[in-house]
Amino acid sequence: MPFGNTHNLLKMNYSAEQEYPDLSQHNNHMAKIITPEMYADLRDKQTPSGFTLDDVIQTGVDNPGHPFIMTVGCVAGDEETYEVFKDLLDPVIEDRHGGYKPTDKHKTDLNPDNLQGGDDLDPNYVLSSRVRTGRSIRGFCLPPHCTRGERRGIESLSVEALGALDGDLKGKYYALKDMTEEEQQQLIDDHFLFDKPVSPLLLASGMARDWPDARGIWHNDNKTFLVWVNEEDHLRVISMQKGGNMKEVFNRFCTGLTKIESLFKEKGHEFMWNEHLGYVLTCPSNLGTGLRGGVHVKLPNVSKHEKFGEILKRLRLQKRGTGGVDTAAVGGVFDISNADRLGFSEVDLVQMVVDGVKLLIEMEKRLEAGQSIDDLMPEQK
Amino acid sequence: MELISATMTKNCNNDYKMKFSLEDEFPDLSLHNNHMAKVLSKDIYNKLRAKSTPSGFTLDDCIQTGVDNPGHPFIMTVGCVAGDEESYEVFKELFDPIISDRHGGYKPTDKHVTDLNWENLKGGDDIDPNYVLSSRVRTGRSIKGITLPPHNSRGERRAVEKLSIEALNSLDGEFKGKYYPLKDMTDKEQEQLIADHFLFDKPVSPLLLAAGMARDWPDGRGIWHNDNKTFLVWVNEEDHLRVISMQQGGNMKEVFKRFCTGLQKIEDVFKKHNHGFMWNEHIGFVLTCPSNLGTGLRGGVHVKLPKLSTHAKFEEILTRLRLQKRGTGGVDTASVGGVFDISNADRLGSSEVAQVQLVVDGVKLMVEMEKKLEKGESIDGMIPAQK
Repeated sequence: MPFGNTHNLLKMNYSAEQEYPDLSQHNNHMAKIITPEMYADLRDKQTPSGFTLDDVIQTGVDNPGHPFIMTVGCVAGDEETYEVFKDLLDPVIEDRHGGYKPTDKHKTDLNPDNLQGGDDLDPNYVLSSRVRTGRSIRGFCLPPHCTRGERRGIESLSVEALGALDGDLKGKYYALKDMTEEEQQQLIDDHFLFDKPVSPLLLASGMARDWPDARGIWHNDNKTFLVWVNEEDHLRVISMQKGGNMKEVFNRFCTGLTKIESLFKEKGHEFMWNEHLGYVLTCPSNLGTGLRGGVHVKLPNVSKHEKFGEILKRLRLQKRGTGGVDTAAVGGVFDISNADRLGFSEVDLVQMVVDGVKLLIEMEKRLEAGQSIDDLMPEQK
Repeated sequence: MELISATMTKNCNNDYKMKFSLEDEFPDLSLHNNHMAKVLSKDIYNKLRAKSTPSGFTLDDCIQTGVDNPGHPFIMTVGCVAGDEESYEVFKELFDPIISDRHGGYKPTDKHVTDLNWENLKGGDDIDPNYVLSSRVRTGRSIKGITLPPHNSRGERRAVEKLSIEALNSLDGEFKGKYYPLKDMTDKEQEQLIADHFLFDKPVSPLLLAAGMARDWPDGRGIWHNDNKTFLVWVNEEDHLRVISMQQGGNMKEVFKRFCTGLQKIEDVFKKHNHGFMWNEHIGFVLTCPSNLGTGLRGGVHVKLPKLSTHAKFEEILTRLRLQKRGTGGVDTASVGGVFDISNADRLGSSEVAQVQLVVDGVKLMVEMEKKLEKGESIDGMIPAQK
């Protein structure tokens, strides 16, 4: 990272006050939490790989806020960031993840048999189902900070691990820099292709360096299991299919992830994980499960109901447009997914999606029939 | 201020990278077309990858912008930047060949002459204002002891701003003016500065973004200009300072006089605070981009050349006169209505006076050619020799 620890010591010639960022226009988690005292305490530290406080917060300094979403405003450059800069990141995590305390423990549950139901969501309403998460490979720095050598190392390991998958998961890797026009078009049509980041949030944290070197997309022949290599995290793993069979999607998700993890372990590489933060990822918002499970569902009536926002909140769900975060809904079709990431297991979160969406569809049908939904209002989960 | 310098060579992130082999770390430049990509070999990368400047700038820092930006459709970009004065020394094996390639064969042993004595300019006060709409001279300056925009911290950037404001506020007479920090600007001030074509924006060019120059925007950035709006200084944009003298019409002599006088006054104030400008006898004024070394000077005019610009020999004439053309929106723009921005092509290896002389003489000749072509006459007898 050009402006990383490279001259952290030289910066100490200037007082903490001289170096402290101007956050007067800012509205993100980092800006809410950081104080001049905290900055003074942490400014001379760095992780073993050389990630500094300024590296952590640069994206939040450069991006005062987002009109629709409360951005996090800081990133990790390696696993140790969350420890060395705990004084900043613990309160950010607490603020972002519903009061999660530094002493709390996170539970991981990737056993798909523990999911109840989820195979019977009405396909007249649910168009597609999807579950995604991220994984970081222990021993490597994260996308804001990793070198070309590390990134290529991650790609190499990933290609090898994914190449060993078989059966329903058998597939192929498409390196971004070697892609043919035809392959590229196909991946775009399948909605699989990821682009070079344009979001200033990502650019400011250095995640687009050396693009497209060592970035790529792997997917199985059936196009239901997809892995992004070296985009915002080392790995993003996605299971998806048309229709409402979330159980099948989650099944494939867990099975695939578990297989990939054991293949990495065979080569002496684990995923970054600890019992406090769960899976360690680049953005603090993705800690814990890193899981976003959701559906594209037709809710033209419910979505116009005055209690729609409240219902989602009680169900611990969030809505997005069908283009993903930052987009608007089109034709009454919404992307409905779990709002939480940390403090709940994978099974818990997908269960909330399954149960919540089932209820929302019931409500939709009631409203279609001109009936009230008052008796269906859920409790706060 | 007392700076920790020689002791700060430890850069643990760079040391950490040394775990990876040359092969693993060498960038993929197969699709690239910029000066850095032409010059950087595995051999050079291998020699320089373990080094850093006293402030901690590394080889990868220098070249990141060139790795991230393979090329530009219209211009051959440099593809590397300096993070501090020492970059040009520590990474000479990379920079020297790039400098040579970019600056017409300038050798590592060559000496650069600085001449800011405006009286040495001959003529320049008589270019036909029916053709020349405006005249302008700009350069950059870096403040010794502070790292450059790709690398500097907020504390350093604010120090540049503070020193600059002090220096500029001490100016009087025709130079008396006011500083507008970007972050405190009112809407009204902003509109006025835009209308005057003075306001600079947060960089959007990926060339600049990849080099880290937009960090902490708009902190420490601002615009100063004199009351007459003929002398303008940009603080902490692509360089510590960009100094611009400009006015309507063709009196380049006046523009250059103001340019030299103003620069001298500013430099004197900085020197009083033991912060002279970065300069040495080999590469002249040291700036962020290697393309601006030497004088850092671009002197030019907006001139109407609708006929000459469509002549078959237009490019050849410009080359021989050591001039370049741009659209009136600046680099990367097209000309509008036959009006061109004509300026010196060189930066290093010739003095300020020499470069502005080329502009003055060259534009005078081209205006004469334009007049001939207007009358339907030939300009064959006027084609100049290579300067």
